[in-house]
Amino acid sequence: MRLNLTVNGRAMTADDVWEGESLLYVLRERLGLPGSKNACEQGECGSCTVYLDRVPVCACLVAAGQAQDREVGTVEGLADGEELSTVQRAFIDEGAVQCGFCTPGLLVAADDLIERVPEPSDAEIREALAGNLCRCTGYEKIMAAVRTAAERSGGTSGSGSSAGGDRT
Amino acid sequence: MSDTHAPAHRPQDLDDAIAGGVGESPLRPDGTLKVRGDFAYSSDLWAENMLWGATLRSPHPSARIRSVDIGPALRSPGVHAVLTAEDVPGRNLYGLKDIDQPVLAEDVVRYRGEAVALVAADHPETARRALDLIEVDYEVLEPVVDAELAAHDDSLPKVHPGGNTVRYQPIVKGDPEVTADVVVSGTYTVGMQDQAFLGPESGLAIPAEDGGVDLYLATQDLHTDRKQTAAALDLDPELVRMTMSGVGGAFGGREDLSMQVHVCMLALRTGRPVKIVYDREESFFGHVHRHPAKMYYEHGATRDGDLVFVRAQLYFDGGAYASKTPVVVGNGTTLGVGPYDVANVSIQGWGMYTNNPPCGAMRGLGAVQPAFAYESQMDRLAEALDMDPVELRIRNAISRGDTTPTGQVLDYPAPVAELLRRVRELPLPEAPAAGAEPDIRDLPGGASNTTHGEGVVRGVGYGVCIKNICYAEGADDFSTARVRLQNVAGEPLAMVHTAAAEVGQGLVTVQQQIARSELEVERVNIHPNDTSVGPAGSSSASRQTYVTGGAVQAACRAVRERLLAITAERFGEPAAELSLSGGKIVSRESGVLADIAEVLGSEAIEETREYHHRETFPLDERGRSERAQVQHAFSAHRAVVDVDTELGLIKVVQLDCSQDVGKAVNPESVVGQIQGGSAQGLGLAVMEEIQVGEGKIRNPSFTDYLIPTILDMPPMNVDVIERGDPNAPYGVRGVGEPPTISSTPAIVAAIRAATGRDLTHVPVGPEHIIG
Ligand code: FES
Ligand code: FES
Repeated sequence: MRLNLTVNGRAMTADDVWEGESLLYVLRERLGLPGSKNACEQGECGSCTVYLDRVPVCACLVAAGQAQDREVGTVEGLADGEELSTVQRAFIDEGAVQCGFCTPGLLVAADDLIERVPEPSDAEIREALAGNLCRCTGYEKIMAAVRTAAERSGGTSGSGSSAGGDRT
Repeated sequence: MSDTHAPAHRPQDLDDAIAGGVGESPLRPDGTLKVRGDFAYSSDLWAENMLWGATLRSPHPSARIRSVDIGPALRSPGVHAVLTAEDVPGRNLYGLKDIDQPVLAEDVVRYRGEAVALVAADHPETARRALDLIEVDYEVLEPVVDAELAAHDDSLPKVHPGGNTVRYQPIVKGDPEVTADVVVSGTYTVGMQDQAFLGPESGLAIPAEDGGVDLYLATQDLHTDRKQTAAALDLDPELVRMTMSGVGGAFGGREDLSMQVHVCMLALRTGRPVKIVYDREESFFGHVHRHPAKMYYEHGATRDGDLVFVRAQLYFDGGAYASKTPVVVGNGTTLGVGPYDVANVSIQGWGMYTNNPPCGAMRGLGAVQPAFAYESQMDRLAEALDMDPVELRIRNAISRGDTTPTGQVLDYPAPVAELLRRVRELPLPEAPAAGAEPDIRDLPGGASNTTHGEGVVRGVGYGVCIKNICYAEGADDFSTARVRLQNVAGEPLAMVHTAAAEVGQGLVTVQQQIARSELEVERVNIHPNDTSVGPAGSSSASRQTYVTGGAVQAACRAVRERLLAITAERFGEPAAELSLSGGKIVSRESGVLADIAEVLGSEAIEETREYHHRETFPLDERGRSERAQVQHAFSAHRAVVDVDTELGLIKVVQLDCSQDVGKAVNPESVVGQIQGGSAQGLGLAVMEEIQVGEGKIRNPSFTDYLIPTILDMPPMNVDVIERGDPNAPYGVRGVGEPPTISSTPAIVAAIRAATGRDLTHVPVGPEHIIG
């Protein structure tokens, strides 16, 4: 089948998509966007988290066909050109990235959290990121990064990213 | 709440010294690529005209292969190759220590999950479906599944022709028959843990015109992979070129080969690039796990609490192939009494072949299992003596100058007692205000709302451990670094080239820091890891900062020497009077002579150096050795847990750690290693176990094999001390493994304190608390 969708604000088309393919496979293998990760492909790890019409989803659980004519935002769309988003910057500054395989999914989940809850409590951060596994960091520096990102965003709406599509 | 104490960075000798050197915490150079989603992990690779590989695995833990019919699979559209054992061009065996594992099974399979055949096809689903069309006729055999039985019952089938023992090692010190006033004994078991790195095993092989192959992959050790792969492919190692791609975690699970030979075979056969990416289920079958263990311990002490003897028998289940089992037995037995000074020791360790999944390296290799047992014993002994468990540990703690059970004198700091005192002093969590309604998210069971505080009991427990650093028992342990200093657009630039795998731990940052400090240049680039430079050994055994750090230091110093010699000649000053500072060459006599870039001009200075650590020696038949291990590291944990004693649910409330790292090259990364390592120890304490029944893994998914989430991992106080090892570069001491080891017994001790239960198995589940 042919799939038309918008990814990070750009209209994209994938041809010869087999109906069993996931949105994650299409992004990674057909659209040249391997930033979203494939740690479990079973909806258990969150490494594939993307925005689908501005709602975070596990791309491995979304059938490719379900993304027809919809807007997808991936980690590759978080930065504004050369300028990293607040959440991206905070993950680097706080040492929240080790191997980094969990990072793309965590960034999307954290970006969404700060958009919804500009000043999240620790309990809210933990709840929002409970679906994102990280095997390297023990999560302490991820907590620090999200706190820092929220602080730097000044509790104003959004964290300076454009991954969610048209919210600016 | 959580608090981190990392050593402050040491002021440099010169004011204008280059920032970001040894002792500071510069940010990692790959961070930006990683947060942008642009860092190319091995599973992200893509090549024009690429095929997908897939692996057929044995459904039986033990069987004879009567026949394999690949015809229907080969004829299916989109399939380009189907390969079996007959197609392995060279030696159909590989292994890290004992070369005992077939690339593809020939006449027998020895574990459920063993690779039997390979497919290359134009779509991953086509490849998977073709696997179903391969017909293998198996004669199913009775599997060997009990390691202890395998050690003593000669009537069991032999998993390998040479018998079922991979390694037997006794350690005897003093009088093994001695008696004591107070004796406690116990039997402890540790479940099979998985490394559960997030980036799946994967690689892209591209056939080359010279008949060789280029493999882009994620691994812990390029050269060891290459050696094994070249032998299986029957190629000159020079024709098997390996380049490191992004590695999504490792923790020991990437030491053994997985897809390396397979993907190269498919690429060479089809003449096209081939990529293999395991899914999570296959990953559980495709790499080794932590050895499950059964351990019998007996501790004797005087009434005052001085240890008199430790006696133990340790059984490690190595599964179907040897992998790192010999090393696990070596580490487990030599470290089997823990970080304590004991005059009389008798330990026997067995590493066995069975038809269970193969076990090999995982963080804390062979030291994790006995630590759970000996620390449980120390708590038991404290109870029998009516002593404070921390005081008992401090009283018996090993220290500099003491002799280990193998007869090795510790000729470097061993601040075990200090770590215990320090971890005890770290702040405890505040008790919830009396009468206040607790936030259920902070209680065992969390948001599932199983309790509002009724039945919840708090406990505190301690654990301390010892881990050997680097390879041991006579291995020539070394790493290689090539450093090139050149003038790029008027600025000096150092390029560091090693094969040392960056698996997430931050070795790239450490290498940059060392080059900055040694060469006083700001810009340091890290060349991609590949096999065009000499071996670095594995990113394991907490060894890379030690050995690759040592090699980078040595190569930088060689470069510096040449640079100073050139300068000395040009300016007519003795080289001994010259030094580097802030990108300049400085003479003690006449001050700044020149910019480094200026002296370099259009010349580059390049030097390659190996670093070998002090020699180690094998154990004799009584487990004696002048120096079995080059260095030991120590950490101590304190855990605070809440247990819902009615439902058996556990919430780790706080987990604190004091660790000696010798010298914190990058203090923030050290803290990150301690936090991450502690989380893996928490996983083993309360949640992580591969369930194996009749040789088969029952839970090969993240749905059924649970690792800690951000809800499970509590805040930590981390206390890092630096008691430098005079034998190691910069005084460093391996960091990565100890926190994985001492966290587990601390958490279990806390659960015991809350429940009064014995708890002799990890992970502890609700059934152990309410059963
Ligand atoms: S890859 Fe989608 S949740 Fe794990
Ligand atoms: S940084 Fe490796 S999984 Fe999170």
